[in-house]
Amino acid sequence: MSEFEPQIVAFFCNWCTFTAADLAGTSRLSYPPNLKIIRVMCTGMVDPKFVIKAFLNGADGVLIGGCWPGDCHYINGNLKARRRVANLTEVLKQYGIGEDRFWLRWIAASEGTMLQEVATEMTEKLKQLGPGPLRNLGQMAI
Amino acid sequence: MAKFAKLSFQKDEMNQKLAAFFQGMLENGAVDAVLAPMAQAKNGVRMSLVTSAVHTARVDPFAPIAAVSGAKIASSLTVRPSGRKVAMVLRPCEIRAVVELSKLKQVNLDDVLMIGMDCLGRYENTDFAKFQEQGGTSESFLENALVGKTATDGFDITGACKICEFPAAENADMKLAAIGAGAGSVFVEAVTPKGEEALEKSGMKTGETPAGRDDAVKKLAAARTEAKDKKLAELRDEVNSFEALADKLAGCVNCYNCRVACPVCYCKECVFITDTFRHNGEQYMMWADQGGMLKLPNDTMFFHLTRMTHMSLYCVGCGQCASACPNGIDPMPLFRACAEKTQARFNYQPGRSVDEELPLAGFKSDELFEVTGQVK
Repeated sequence: MSEFEPQIVAFFCNWCTFTAADLAGTSRLSYPPNLKIIRVMCTGMVDPKFVIKAFLNGADGVLIGGCWPGDCHYINGNLKARRRVANLTEVLKQYGIGEDRFWLRWIAASEGTMLQEVATEMTEKLKQLGPGPLRNLGQMAI
Repeated sequence: MAKFAKLSFQKDEMNQKLAAFFQGMLENGAVDAVLAPMAQAKNGVRMSLVTSAVHTARVDPFAPIAAVSGAKIASSLTVRPSGRKVAMVLRPCEIRAVVELSKLKQVNLDDVLMIGMDCLGRYENTDFAKFQEQGGTSESFLENALVGKTATDGFDITGACKICEFPAAENADMKLAAIGAGAGSVFVEAVTPKGEEALEKSGMKTGETPAGRDDAVKKLAAARTEAKDKKLAELRDEVNSFEALADKLAGCVNCYNCRVACPVCYCKECVFITDTFRHNGEQYMMWADQGGMLKLPNDTMFFHLTRMTHMSLYCVGCGQCASACPNGIDPMPLFRACAEKTQARFNYQPGRSVDEELPLAGFKSDELFEVTGQVK
């Protein structure tokens, strides 16, 4: 049987983390293809609904990547995102989606190597954890 | 130091004495209007807005029913203010919701004199009708409930009330105190300067204080807290996966009554009734294709999880969601179990203070470092 390949939905901010992904690409740094990247203008616009929907539709993990505190293009969108993530984490934890499946990370535009590291680390972690709780529940019951 | 005025009454006279107090408030200009639970023409008790002193005769604040959360009514009355002073007689849970709504700019407290009543619980609306049919009165309810007997033939107070740790109101200008007041009496307590002024104007004599009140309130709150901790611990063990949650919500028909009844579900327009959730046939087919079938109406879990994320920080545990469900689902413990965690994360207690910032309305640069675990 082939190895389990986790599906990670990644919301990357346009200014920092998405640019870091670009940099990783142009620098020929390879990282696991398990990330399905969605470019958003800011982590502050990642509605908790986006994350809930991703998990309900069978994602094994969700990664939100944005600018370091102080570097936000919109001054403080990332700080608002951090509170929202903390809040949503508490809800998801109750239903078996722990902090190991739902990550927020700061990755600056210059940190292509860090993007490679985070993507690899999360993929490896999820491979150990196995499929997310909704992989098999799918659209049938939700 | 709080001031108390004692209302002593003979059997079946409690509401008359309370009516006299509200009549005094209106006649002496302490307030221009009173919003309080009132006996309806035939049966039932509903919140009513009284501007004429003669109608205070119908007040029945301790009736064990809250057909609609008083916080929603307070919002309707004050969000575009009338400029007239109104005394609002509300339950502790309703006041906590009002505090939250005031921070959300959906209640204006400028002209409000908040009167918090001691609450020993409420019956479901249909059970209250039975209670009245059986000859139950607010007085008989108080008498029994104060010694722990809330259950009658076939029904009891709501599940939310059984695990409510706030029998006495906080953040009120005045209180109607029944707990620890002794048989045949209730006390009107003035807590704030605004409350003291109104009590003075109402013409009531102040003096005697209910000696055992603080202890009685603490004892009841402790018992309820214990019941709450037990109930929520059981629930956390039982509903600890999406599958278990789907099972709990299996009866849901996406009517969104729970959201309508919720006093702190604050969005003017809920996203779940907007075009975002009006899909075309092709979309449904696509979803069905993914797993071979699609349950309809869909997005049931999505709705409840979104609501948990959205308002669990402000959940006051009133149980109106459970009362509103036409299919017997009990969202109250699900939401409270969640709320306890989210509120603890932000050290936030809904209704504690109007000056406390809503956690999701602000941010700091030096906080929550554990979320990313990264330090520069």
